[in-house]
Amino acid sequence: MRTFDYKRADDAHSAVNAHSGQAAAYLAGGTTLIDLVKLDVMQPERLVDINRLAYDAIETTAEGGLRIGAMVRNTALADDDRVRRDYTVLSEALLQGASRQLRNRATTAGNVMQRVRCSYFRDGVSPCNKRVPGSGCSAIEGHNREVFAVLGTSDHCIAAHPSDMCVAMAAIGATVHVTGPSGDRTVDFLDFHKLPGDTPHIEHELGEDELITQVSLDAPIDGSGSTYIKLRDRSSYQFALASCAAVVALDGDRITAARLALGGVGTKPWRAADAEAALVGQPATREAFKQAAATAMQGATPYKHNAFKIPLARKAIVRALTDAAARARGDTT
Amino acid sequence: MSDSIIGAAVSRIDGPDKLTGRARYAGDFQPEGMVYAYGVYSTIARGRITGIDTTLAMRSPGVIDIFHHGRFPRLHRSPGTFAEENVVDEKRTPFEDDRIHYMGQFVALVVAETYEQARAAAYKVRVDYERDAQRAAATLAQGIEDNGVEHANDSERGDPAGAYDGAAYRVDAVYTTPVETHNPMETHATVAEWVDGRLRVFDSTQGVIFTRNTLSRVFDLDPSQVEVHADFIGSGFGGKLWVWPHCVATCAAAREVGRPVQFVLPRQQMFTTVGHRPETRQHVRLGADDDGRLLSIRHETINSSSPVGTVVEACGGSTQGLYACDNLRISHATAITNRGTPTAMRAPGAGVGLFALESAMDELAAELGIDPLELRRRNFTAHDQGADKPYSSNHLLECYDRAAEAFGWSRRTPEVGSMRDGDRILGWGMAACNWEAMRNPCDARVALRADGTASIHCASQDIGTGTYTILAQIASHELGLPLESIHVTLGDSTFPHGPISGGSWATATLLPAVAEASRAAIKKLKNYARNAASPLAGARGDSLVYDSGRLSDDSGRSATVAEILGAQSLANAVGEAHTGGAPDSGYSFDSFGVHFVEVAWEPEIAHLEVTRVVSAIDAGAIINAKSARNQVEGAVVMGLGSALLETTEYDERNARPVNSNYAEYLVPVNADMPDLDVILLDHPDYELNEFGARGIGEIGLTGMQAAVANAVYHATGRRVRDLPIMLDKLIDDD
Repeated sequence: MRTFDYKRADDAHSAVNAHSGQAAAYLAGGTTLIDLVKLDVMQPERLVDINRLAYDAIETTAEGGLRIGAMVRNTALADDDRVRRDYTVLSEALLQGASRQLRNRATTAGNVMQRVRCSYFRDGVSPCNKRVPGSGCSAIEGHNREVFAVLGTSDHCIAAHPSDMCVAMAAIGATVHVTGPSGDRTVDFLDFHKLPGDTPHIEHELGEDELITQVSLDAPIDGSGSTYIKLRDRSSYQFALASCAAVVALDGDRITAARLALGGVGTKPWRAADAEAALVGQPATREAFKQAAATAMQGATPYKHNAFKIPLARKAIVRALTDAAARARGDTT
Repeated sequence: MSDSIIGAAVSRIDGPDKLTGRARYAGDFQPEGMVYAYGVYSTIARGRITGIDTTLAMRSPGVIDIFHHGRFPRLHRSPGTFAEENVVDEKRTPFEDDRIHYMGQFVALVVAETYEQARAAAYKVRVDYERDAQRAAATLAQGIEDNGVEHANDSERGDPAGAYDGAAYRVDAVYTTPVETHNPMETHATVAEWVDGRLRVFDSTQGVIFTRNTLSRVFDLDPSQVEVHADFIGSGFGGKLWVWPHCVATCAAAREVGRPVQFVLPRQQMFTTVGHRPETRQHVRLGADDDGRLLSIRHETINSSSPVGTVVEACGGSTQGLYACDNLRISHATAITNRGTPTAMRAPGAGVGLFALESAMDELAAELGIDPLELRRRNFTAHDQGADKPYSSNHLLECYDRAAEAFGWSRRTPEVGSMRDGDRILGWGMAACNWEAMRNPCDARVALRADGTASIHCASQDIGTGTYTILAQIASHELGLPLESIHVTLGDSTFPHGPISGGSWATATLLPAVAEASRAAIKKLKNYARNAASPLAGARGDSLVYDSGRLSDDSGRSATVAEILGAQSLANAVGEAHTGGAPDSGYSFDSFGVHFVEVAWEPEIAHLEVTRVVSAIDAGAIINAKSARNQVEGAVVMGLGSALLETTEYDERNARPVNSNYAEYLVPVNADMPDLDVILLDHPDYELNEFGARGIGEIGLTGMQAAVANAVYHATGRRVRDLPIMLDKLIDDD
């Protein structure tokens, strides 16, 4: 950790002002940022503390969705009655992330903005295109089992996006509300995180000094069931090796709507649109789910230590679809 | 009270201090004027330093000095022997020269007014390196390839090769175990201050005497000029047995800057410069007759070692004598890798050695088509053929019976995948445990005090296992005083000479010394009681009887300790004792046990869960039913981690540990806990000491990985010979 300047902002306007013209970082829960500053991986000259900003509410939108304040803590979001009822997948995803202590601090916007767990990014020394653009990717030929992707990778970066919450939001459908020097705007959640391509240091759509103020969720699909399945080596406090957020609506036993997103395997929260499309109109059978899983993982690229993630993700998909469909039928499992 | 206190489930007496934060750990001590040190660590694993530029760092706020190989006092190496009690695994002293032997080696130490300032400046130290032309050996395989294998030791009896060739049933398999990192909650910490040429150190150490002796050699001081304190330790698991470079560097820096210096090792460096359990490759060959009787055992191990010190992982130690077998060969060898030195980690040797042997026994049972428990029963021995002595007390068969009964082993169906619980396939496996029971010489001092309490002093330490508590229990038993009246003080090298907390020998070593010192204190009290000013003046020496803090003579007179000492204005009656090591009585001393494990394998989501563990442990008399159970439960959990999760991963291109943090170096969490049943046999082994206790810190870890691996085989048909058993080794590509 190097010396930095600290400013506490009282509103979004003053936060953006304090951020501009500096090598600055917004400080919310700090669960990623402070770690990386201590490790000397991030070297902000100024931290702009946004914890006092009044974005701490979860409101119902006119469209029947929810608008979640940037500063709503992960614990509060997971425990919210409307989230538990209408967006079970989101509550379950949050509760399988990190530990309770971390969830008590971590915020909604901070979760959207969390950095990758790639050890080569975090060691501050190895070549890493995210940390030092153009220096190379150490992970591609290195040790790449746990927190590395098989979807959306490039020759420049294979780090998996670590969030569980974002996977659920990608499945639900969401909008990121942003404010900044040139005013307010919105970004579709699926467009917010960027593929690494040949610019892995550009991770998201935020412009200079821009700040996330809210994330709004699309209205829940009527009669749908949803769930989040996270597969990992230990039962808690580990990032997903493969995870799946599934939302399924049925008419009888026929699938009328399906939403599918993957975690642990993608370089961004990974919406599996082709697999969704193939499911609609199909009977909710194991065969259909397995076919969807195969479709979702079709373009996957295995690396030296993480090839197992491809079959593992397929298993997560089949299980998530099975459980979501059961919930859509009203089974109490 | 005196009859029931030994063996009772007594809560740890230091619990309230730990819970309320009164317990002070090394990093909690802040001598007047203390400053902080932060390390700079090598970012290559093999080569040399070509330049260190501290210009920018020296200008950083608060910096006092920066040490490195070009600016550091000349120190001496410790002889590093157990007999002299000054063991070090990394022989080199810090900053000795410009050579780099492993990733994360100390290359500089920044001292500044605050911790944050020291860290900020450390990041500004620029170090240039030149890599050696030859690669750094990142793994045991690379070490063998690049540097060859160095023979360490071997032993043989009978004709193991010939017996194997003639055996009806054989197993020939290679097992591997990865580097494991100790990772106690409390990282290593040292606070050092020099006062008038004397060195005073607060250190997170498992051995205040060993640390004192080592530092006295490094700084060329008389041991009496060095004081080492360790009131509380946030566990060590063997990683804190010996002195590591940071401790020496901190002491030297404190002398150079003329102020006390604190150093706390960052979590990432727990993976580089303070030891680890080495990687092992174990070749096991078993031969048996038609009845499953072992005709030949060969257990040959190579472990990864280091350019800065050779450490041999004695995997075959338990194999010498656990089973009856006339033809046996054990060998150990090492290969140099570019890592810091390995060191003892909880149950060194048997901890991973029994993974290989007990997995091979399971494979042999499968070959023979007999029950794995029955195979072990048939090969039971009460005679340690390795030492050619009978075991002092071996109740392994009773362990088998009681644990099998509690587990329900008789309901096991042997076919792979034949037992189910809904969608989950159950696997039942078992493995034996074994650990040598050791005892070392020990001194102790016990004082009966005028206020009616008693104090115990010994230069040993409690690393979190419950040593404080069992010593209070023993003194309470001997002195007939309530537990609350016993004050135990450990962790100070100026106290009577005590043992390191390692090898599971603290209990067997300390109890006799404390008991004898207690009796010596009573004897001293009796001497004082006959003095003129005493209420028992003139009593005949052999007429005095001590009971529960009171002396009585044969004339009906009686007085309390307080009355006897108070009447003479004496503070206390002090007893001192020196007790010896394990008696040379013709016995071999070992502890035994068995683990039964149930796993549930859900192939649909590639999910493996350990659902039940039943362990029966024969570790002699149980002194504290609560802390003993706690030790075995903790060891079982650690064994589960070793079986399923733990592995320090190195980048094969440059020997950098890549999962050097608590998030990616996986150990079990609470949610992974199985239903855990620990059966403690509690058969005293009076051959080892008067209380019959053999120690219990490590036995519960041994065999655990094999029990899990054997259960996994029973569930899945996959014989995993390479730890840890992560799901990638079990998943089907469906």
